[in-house]
Amino acid sequence: MTPLAPILELFKLSKAYPTPKGPAVIVRDFNLNLAKGEFVTLIGHSGCGKSTVLSMVAGLTDATEGSMILAGRETNEAGPDRGVVFQSPCLLPWLSAFENVMLGVNQVYFNAPKVERRELAEYYLSVVGLGNAMHKFPRELSQGMCQRVGIARAFALQPKMLLLDEPFGMLDSLTKIELQEVLLELWRRNKLTTLMVTHDVDEAIFLSDRVVMMSDGPEAEVGDILTIPFARPRIRAEVLTDPRYMEIRNHLLTFLNERSHIRPSRIKTPRSEETETVACKYESPVAAVTSTQ
Amino acid sequence: MKFFYQLKLDAILLPVIALLICLGGWALIAGHGKTTVSVDDWGDKVTKTERFGLSKNLPSPAETWTASKPYIVEPFAKRGELDQGILRFAWLSLKLVAQGYAIALLLGTPIGFFLGLSKNFTRAFDPIIQILRPVSPLAWLPLGMVLFSGLKVVDSTGRTTFGTSDAAALFTIAICAMWPTVLNTAVGVRAVPQDYLNVAKVLKLSKPKTLFKILIPSALPYMFTGFRLSLGIAWLVIVAVEMLIGKPGVGGFLWQQYNANSYAHIILSILTIGFIGYILDRMMSLIEGRFRSA
Repeated sequence: MTPLAPILELFKLSKAYPTPKGPAVIVRDFNLNLAKGEFVTLIGHSGCGKSTVLSMVAGLTDATEGSMILAGRETNEAGPDRGVVFQSPCLLPWLSAFENVMLGVNQVYFNAPKVERRELAEYYLSVVGLGNAMHKFPRELSQGMCQRVGIARAFALQPKMLLLDEPFGMLDSLTKIELQEVLLELWRRNKLTTLMVTHDVDEAIFLSDRVVMMSDGPEAEVGDILTIPFARPRIRAEVLTDPRYMEIRNHLLTFLNERSHIRPSRIKTPRSEETETVACKYESPVAAVTSTQ
Repeated sequence: MKFFYQLKLDAILLPVIALLICLGGWALIAGHGKTTVSVDDWGDKVTKTERFGLSKNLPSPAETWTASKPYIVEPFAKRGELDQGILRFAWLSLKLVAQGYAIALLLGTPIGFFLGLSKNFTRAFDPIIQILRPVSPLAWLPLGMVLFSGLKVVDSTGRTTFGTSDAAALFTIAICAMWPTVLNTAVGVRAVPQDYLNVAKVLKLSKPKTLFKILIPSALPYMFTGFRLSLGIAWLVIVAVEMLIGKPGVGGFLWQQYNANSYAHIILSILTIGFIGYILDRMMSLIEGRFRSA
């Protein structure tokens, strides 16, 4: 497979908050490129700044420094070209599931006929398994169902890329597995470039093409990048029994438990080399786009 | 004892007991009249009524009832401009309250939104609001009279339909009643979860769309709390206003009856004001509850 041009380029993205004792740097010099159709996961300890990175990509937080290029165009504000699924589904409680999805659809396809817009919303709601509950209100739906609506809302915008901020963090493990399948199915159909934030190692491995491990905050940066070699479409049972699975899992856990406090940029040895060797440890079906520089 | 609880008698019995205690206390303090008939030096019969008691001019519960009966039995009767059934008076007051309250909401809600949305607006206007808020309606009314002096709307027959005192009354009700709406709306707008605003940002909703689809629905429960408190104040203010400008209504009736020495009607007016205020509050609570659960 030939390497595709990156659809999202993050260059030296930094976020600092001013405090009386000088700026508190949350994220420093975060570099990452995402190829078209790639599924990348950011993993790291709580409070390491991974959500900050996602929020900057979504345009909900302004980056203090650095730039972001989405589909060849520099962007720094939020827009419906990036569908966002939040940790809490953030459905508007005074609108039904259908109206929640329609709010976005109306906004993006304002010149399409009403019938088409309704069909689009209905289509995505039925794909996520809410065909019978689309006119229910968020308070009548379980958390898992609300998150389904959140996913449908993001996909219905048919965005250039999808941003997921710990989308399954608040769900029980069974619902989580179910929704991961829903997400993968939609992702496969739409070939949508996806950036997801999680702290669940298994979720990261099962879903992504590449896992970006972030060093601990403050001043978090890319600690290590791991390419996940499993072929797609993935079947959970097969992935779990694959001998490489435990190896990858151990690699991630070792990083999170032992090496996450190390910041590559502080080490004297050239860091590009170091991360590169790890990243290329497994042959990946998706082109490994140069990660750190 | 168990039977007592099963019937939920306590819910009825306890308020009744409390009511009887209050009535008893009232009867104890109230004065009572004693009519003595004597023959004076010229041989004429003289009837003399003297009042005794702790507060000898306060009518007793029984006297109050006898004196109030015509107003309660015929609540909508109109015997004269200042002699009308009690509900007819209440209706006149309510009409005035409704107008003033409407002005309060129309002014208060947008101000609340500005306060909630803009930190600078809050910084600029909050001190003024905090200073104007505790000012009594009795203080606002004269200012209203000055503000609208000379205002006169005359109908075809030459009768003034809307004059200075009417405008001053509305002004006073509106300016006193709008603060809870202003402050609660501001709190409600500030309390709109960041998540909802993020949704608006991600979808790039326009300003009016964000207002009507996100801000207003989200702040509505707070706004209704403000609306309810405002209505309570508007009803409080109307009595003071009517007393000062002498308009027919419950408050006007109260003041006029005080001047006419029929003290029993003061108590009738107070109870009517209380009852209507309670009903208004219940009504608003019901509406508020509907929005809270939505």
